[in-house]
Amino acid sequence: MEMPVPDPAVLACRPQLVARLRAVLPEAAVIDAPSETLAYECDAFTAYRCAPLCVVLPGSSEEVSACLKICHELGVPVVPRGAGTSLAGGALPTADCVVLGVARMTRVLEVDLANRCIRVETGITNLAVSAAVADAGFFYAPDPSSQLACAIAGNVAMNSGGAHCLKYGVTTNNLLGVTLVLMDGEVVQIGGPVPEAPGLDLLGVICGSEGQLGVVTEAWLRILPRPEGARPVLIGYAGSEVAGACVRDIIEAGVLPVAIEFMDGPCIRATDAFSGAGYPDCEALLIIEVEGSPAEIDEQLEIITAIARRHDPVELRESRSEAESARIWLGRKSAFGAMGQINDYICLDGTIPVSALPEVLGGIARLAAEAGLEVANVFHAGDGNMHPLILFDANAPGELARAEALGAEILLLCVAAGGCLTGEHGVGVEKRDLMDRQFAGVDLEAQMQVKDVFDPGWLLNPAKVFPLGLSAGRRAGAGGSAPIAPGRDSPAIFGER
Amino acid sequence: MRPESEAELAEMVAGAGGPLWLRGGGTQGPCGAGAVLETSGLAGVRLYEPGALTLVVGAGTPLAEVEALLAAQGQRLPFEPRDARVLSGAAGAATIGGIVAANLSGPRRVQAGACRDFVLGLRLVDGAGRILSAGGRVMKNVTGYDLAKLVTGSRGTLGVITEVSLKVLAAPRAEATLIVRGQGAEAAVADLCRAMGLPWEVSGAAWREGPDGPERLLRIEGLAGSVAYRAGRLAEALPGDPRLVEGAQSAALWRGIRDVDDLAGGQDPVWRLCLKPTDGPVVLAALRAAGLEGRALLDWSGGLVWLAVPGDSRADLVRAATARLGGHAELVRAPEGCTVPRLPPPSGAAGRLSAALRAQFDPRAILNPGLMPA
Repeated sequence: MEMPVPDPAVLACRPQLVARLRAVLPEAAVIDAPSETLAYECDAFTAYRCAPLCVVLPGSSEEVSACLKICHELGVPVVPRGAGTSLAGGALPTADCVVLGVARMTRVLEVDLANRCIRVETGITNLAVSAAVADAGFFYAPDPSSQLACAIAGNVAMNSGGAHCLKYGVTTNNLLGVTLVLMDGEVVQIGGPVPEAPGLDLLGVICGSEGQLGVVTEAWLRILPRPEGARPVLIGYAGSEVAGACVRDIIEAGVLPVAIEFMDGPCIRATDAFSGAGYPDCEALLIIEVEGSPAEIDEQLEIITAIARRHDPVELRESRSEAESARIWLGRKSAFGAMGQINDYICLDGTIPVSALPEVLGGIARLAAEAGLEVANVFHAGDGNMHPLILFDANAPGELARAEALGAEILLLCVAAGGCLTGEHGVGVEKRDLMDRQFAGVDLEAQMQVKDVFDPGWLLNPAKVFPLGLSAGRRAGAGGSAPIAPGRDSPAIFGER
Repeated sequence: MRPESEAELAEMVAGAGGPLWLRGGGTQGPCGAGAVLETSGLAGVRLYEPGALTLVVGAGTPLAEVEALLAAQGQRLPFEPRDARVLSGAAGAATIGGIVAANLSGPRRVQAGACRDFVLGLRLVDGAGRILSAGGRVMKNVTGYDLAKLVTGSRGTLGVITEVSLKVLAAPRAEATLIVRGQGAEAAVADLCRAMGLPWEVSGAAWREGPDGPERLLRIEGLAGSVAYRAGRLAEALPGDPRLVEGAQSAALWRGIRDVDDLAGGQDPVWRLCLKPTDGPVVLAALRAAGLEGRALLDWSGGLVWLAVPGDSRADLVRAATARLGGHAELVRAPEGCTVPRLPPPSGAAGRLSAALRAQFDPRAILNPGLMPA
């Protein structure tokens, strides 16, 4: 993977930059000691690392604005950072950037139950939003699996999803407004608790723009009344084809489960061995959860199990208690941990049309065999958001590169099936160079023209989302230079101070 | 002009020498001065997978055709688009492209979301004549910027939508409406907002000045047993002794609210105000205190106020009162010769960013000029 060559002029202005940032922020909010900037050298996409020029942790929109103004004046790129849980390298620094983290901005600013919304600073974690309104019987619906750690800032930047979005939608469907600080320091209000805003849907394009249009410092979020209860059913099948048909029939029958999770044979066996969840040994496992009162749950599960039985399941287990529900979810929730115990893994998140499921799973198995690597599949089947986990040994020379190459093949398979490269993790640097395989050049140009409007100098998170070759001219205008292709993990990738 | 293909359309737009008015079904009323570009030649169902809840159609496809197709599979468009003809008095048949271009969303928006929440992707020819594709046909997609959201609701000012892919949902097996009579707007909206905060999945929350006095309406949809259960819980939780209306009768009621039947007919200007739900009755009270008499209908638990004003549109008064509460007002039905802009321009930085984005996609400013001030 390439990153732009650090701009020597920017590297040279570091003392001046740090001094000016110190003048507008509290002492502890500017981090420039190499031993401390090291903590920001990567996010949860750990294969690539680079320490930034310095890190700033402003405590308010005004402080964010002051920082951005300084960076704008000096032509220094800024990489915004939420909690650093991106799996796509969305917060990966370059050697000539300032990392701007919102981790100190965690306040709940306003709870408005009558209008079902909450205003928060975006450093707050996803789960803390739900916790803030739990006593009143409300919750915040998008639930990425990192929700204990991930920040709303990153959720907005990546338009995060979760297991329950079949019913509740993803971040963009639950985001009402933002306070956005533009690269030149201007603080802008977009949207809010009013259902619609005049003019273009700016909020719609800000959500999911990966920190490239502005720094989102505050957010208005939709909160929803918590359902009375939820209960899963576990269904095992001999193959993915029949499991896919079952999912299709359930959806066609007009039932809308809150989640439909799918695990394939390798994943079932690994998670069961790891967690002792007691899963059946089969090739496809569905966990389907519905919500409501006990009677409403029974009404929905009756329809679902009737359909499931028509497809001849290996096992069908309805939960009768909290403990049984927890056991059904146990394996699924520990799937990533189970895989991590076996080996290193890359987690992809391409989405496919649900109808293409058996064909794509077959294709993944074929590609994995050709590459000589193991792939386990766990994903949100209701919405087609795959999560192939490619197992590899990071210590074996060349294996990461082979795993990455297989990952790219799998994602292109998703695109060819009518899907997309990423359903909820974002493009970041990880999928940046595949973008021109999903989009025509003119489509990427149109997207870059949107960035031109918000960040004309291309200083915000500039080396992400768009293939470097395509964005080179624009970034050069900002003081950057043409890309280079050095070796992996070499400090030379990003330049050494 | 009536292009039959994207390529033909792209040539027409690129070669246009002046303003182009885009016309889907023409249900929102007449176009302005300039050449009219009709999308009816860009029609047809491209893909429909009920099991994937996905529909891809040409923008010129009539809404009625789409609704019939979905109904045959027990599905529907969840965002419940309004039939604009009821207020506009225009003829014609609404198209999917027109609905997406206007982001038309009905009563179910309070629960299911707006039209923009169900647009998975679209294709368009922008004002420069480029054929662009945004989003896709899958439900979860964060690949690149969400240009489909930007185009949805842009009223043709960024480009001509040629194809739309939508998420659809199952039509419920049962529905019921709880009606309580006699409450004024303020008391009713307090109850409506309270209902939206209870776990009974209310999918419609409105207040109207009915023929027999004011009434507050709450809709519940789903499986039959569940609807009965939730209607019972809702009745317990709120004041008043509700009348229960079910099935087709309930559906007819909400069709009337969706299309604003109560304010149809006549030539009185009609306003559409968007506000924080609890501010719906506040703006009504402020306008009445300022001497404005008019008929009103509240939807979206108070967040959408329909207002028919006798005679003059009283634009300054209505816009100021709404803006004071952070909302905005659209003049949906204007008297003949009215020069008041239908939509208010977005203010401050949002306005500047909107204008700059439009210049990127329609550099000659030829598409629907003046329809949506930037």
